Amino acid sequence: MSANPRQHKDAPLLEVKNLETAFSIDGTYYNAVDNVSFRVKPRQIVGIVGESGCGKSVMSLSVMKLLPKGIGQIRNGEIIFDGIHLEKMTDSEINKIRGKDIAMIFQEPMTSLNPVFSIGFQLQEVLFNHMKISKKEARLKSIALLKSVGISRPEKIVDEYPHQLSGGMRQRVMIAIAIACQPKLLIADEPTTALDVTVQAQILELLKEIQEVNDMSVILITHDLGVVAEMCDEVIVMYAGKIAERTDVDSLFHNPKHPYTQLLMGAIPKMDEEVEKLSTIKGIVPSLKNMPKTGCKFAARCPKAMPECLTVTPRLAENEAGHEVACLLYETSQPKQEVNA
Amino acid sequence: MMSTEHNNTAVLKKDKSSNEVLLEVKNLKTYYPIKGGILRKTVAVVKAVDDISFEIKKGETLGLVGESGCGKSTAGRTILRLLEPTDGQIIFDGQDITNVRGTSLRKIRQDFQMVFQDPYASLNPTMMVGHLVSEPIRNYNSKSEKELKPEVMDLLAKVGLPEDAYYKYPHEFSGGQRQRIGIARALALRPKLIIADEPVSALDVSVQSQVLNLLKELQDEFDLTFLFIAHDLSVVKHMSDRIGVMYLGGLVEVAEKDSLYAEPLHPYTQALISAIPEPDPRKKKERIILEGDVPSPIDPPKGCTFHPRCAHAMPECQSVKPHLKEVKPGHRVACHLYK
Repeated sequence: MSANPRQHKDAPLLEVKNLETAFSIDGTYYNAVDNVSFRVKPRQIVGIVGESGCGKSVMSLSVMKLLPKGIGQIRNGEIIFDGIHLEKMTDSEINKIRGKDIAMIFQEPMTSLNPVFSIGFQLQEVLFNHMKISKKEARLKSIALLKSVGISRPEKIVDEYPHQLSGGMRQRVMIAIAIACQPKLLIADEPTTALDVTVQAQILELLKEIQEVNDMSVILITHDLGVVAEMCDEVIVMYAGKIAERTDVDSLFHNPKHPYTQLLMGAIPKMDEEVEKLSTIKGIVPSLKNMPKTGCKFAARCPKAMPECLTVTPRLAENEAGHEVACLLYETSQPKQEVNA
Repeated sequence: MMSTEHNNTAVLKKDKSSNEVLLEVKNLKTYYPIKGGILRKTVAVVKAVDDISFEIKKGETLGLVGESGCGKSTAGRTILRLLEPTDGQIIFDGQDITNVRGTSLRKIRQDFQMVFQDPYASLNPTMMVGHLVSEPIRNYNSKSEKELKPEVMDLLAKVGLPEDAYYKYPHEFSGGQRQRIGIARALALRPKLIIADEPVSALDVSVQSQVLNLLKELQDEFDLTFLFIAHDLSVVKHMSDRIGVMYLGGLVEVAEKDSLYAEPLHPYTQALISAIPEPDPRKKKERIILEGDVPSPIDPPKGCTFHPRCAHAMPECQSVKPHLKEVKPGHRVACHLYK
């Protein structure tokens, strides 16, 4: 399986190249993820932010190869995880990686746990799938896992059912299942969106701790810029299936370049700032069917749009060291060479 | 730092609220019975709202925050008399409406309206937007659809919907636009008080800011008083003049928003504020992580309901229930730490 081990430490754990994922609507395919490339380094937490319909969840489902069959498909691009091309894999091959080397946690812990099986059963299911382990060992290991995600009385909880637990506890169980086989990459899709703010704080704390202890990489998908600021090393801002901006977390918040990112930042009410009016973005995200064919997809809503934005598609290019932006404002006015001066 | 298109014109409207009290809630309790057994006897009660008191002045926005199950929505609905209060008093515009019924309740209801959380569920999908917006008006007088059309058009324009929205159906609109329809409906009768229950929590940030801005504009234009219920503290802070924090059916702290955020007194408020992820990676704040979950409101802890999770709990917290006390001018807190 691992014919191509990682050469050196900074090689990316996950590399997505020119990914195009399309969904079929009335027989025609529309790209929900449109030519997206990014890397996740070992032990890095990469945030993917964007509003509903920007393609952030579809991207994670593509990486996990969990797209709904017959409706969604990867049409182009490469997904290279730890030197292995995932996009070419068959279902049975990917099953050996999914849950073991790459794990995922979802937004709604109630719907992602099976209500008719005990917590212990669902934890052991993962262990039996990927490890040679006896029943007794599996039970002990699941208790240990529950303990490691901060569940008190794990010996009791292991025999309980999802409905007996609170939302925060269920999300802890989901995390325990996800980390059961010590994955190298954890994809967390809105892991705290359904939770209250004090519980969210507990879960974020736990995720950070587990990431450090297990040396995992994490892709954190969220719409909450506060969560991004708190958790991530690097951030990808998506709009309408494309990456608008990619940079480290500090420059994203203190030097946002893409007009969309800038507006998004101004749209959130802040605790320590008093503004009478929040900035808004006129209009709404175009639906998959009505996506503009040429030019920048944000052009129609962009306050800084120029005539050529409607015809020329911006490329995601490095504008400052480590800071990529896909916007014509930067392609014309600032030649790349001058930036480092 | 970033593009600032915020206009500063309205900053001076700061103290628009008068001293006249529009709504006063005294010792309000709303209990839900839990029925069990063959005879459907009441076996227990959920104390959803348990003895809360506050008042809202004319033109003011009072924010009500708390986590799920704290009773904030039940409180809102009880004030509108959509739920029957178990005990206590609701005084609206000088009139005790706690026990008003029938036609007189119907008459008073013109003066208070509600904006709901889910713009997908709160609009009848078979009704044209024009009819949806005129429905509240038709409820109270016998004007025809035709006569009302100019008025409805005016309302649609006020909430920022295009003219042709009149003939469309809710499914043709996005979430943000549907929330605008809901707001137009709430405005139709020119109410004095609007209770907005999580009006933006189903919306994306960029749309959320549009709706928040709209609500503020309308408040100025129509002299509205708001009870703004939400779980998102930064949104509540943006919208409110004063804020009440609820925990397990009780009001634990009420204060001017700046006072509440600058110096939260109740340990629960402190934890709640510290838990909000700040959208700025350079700010690393001290976080108070609460242990465990909110206990069940069927069998709430004795004494102070927060004591099992409180880092400052003292022996008396387990037995004596603290009541709201004014600790600083305009800042009330229900906690034994403050004598």
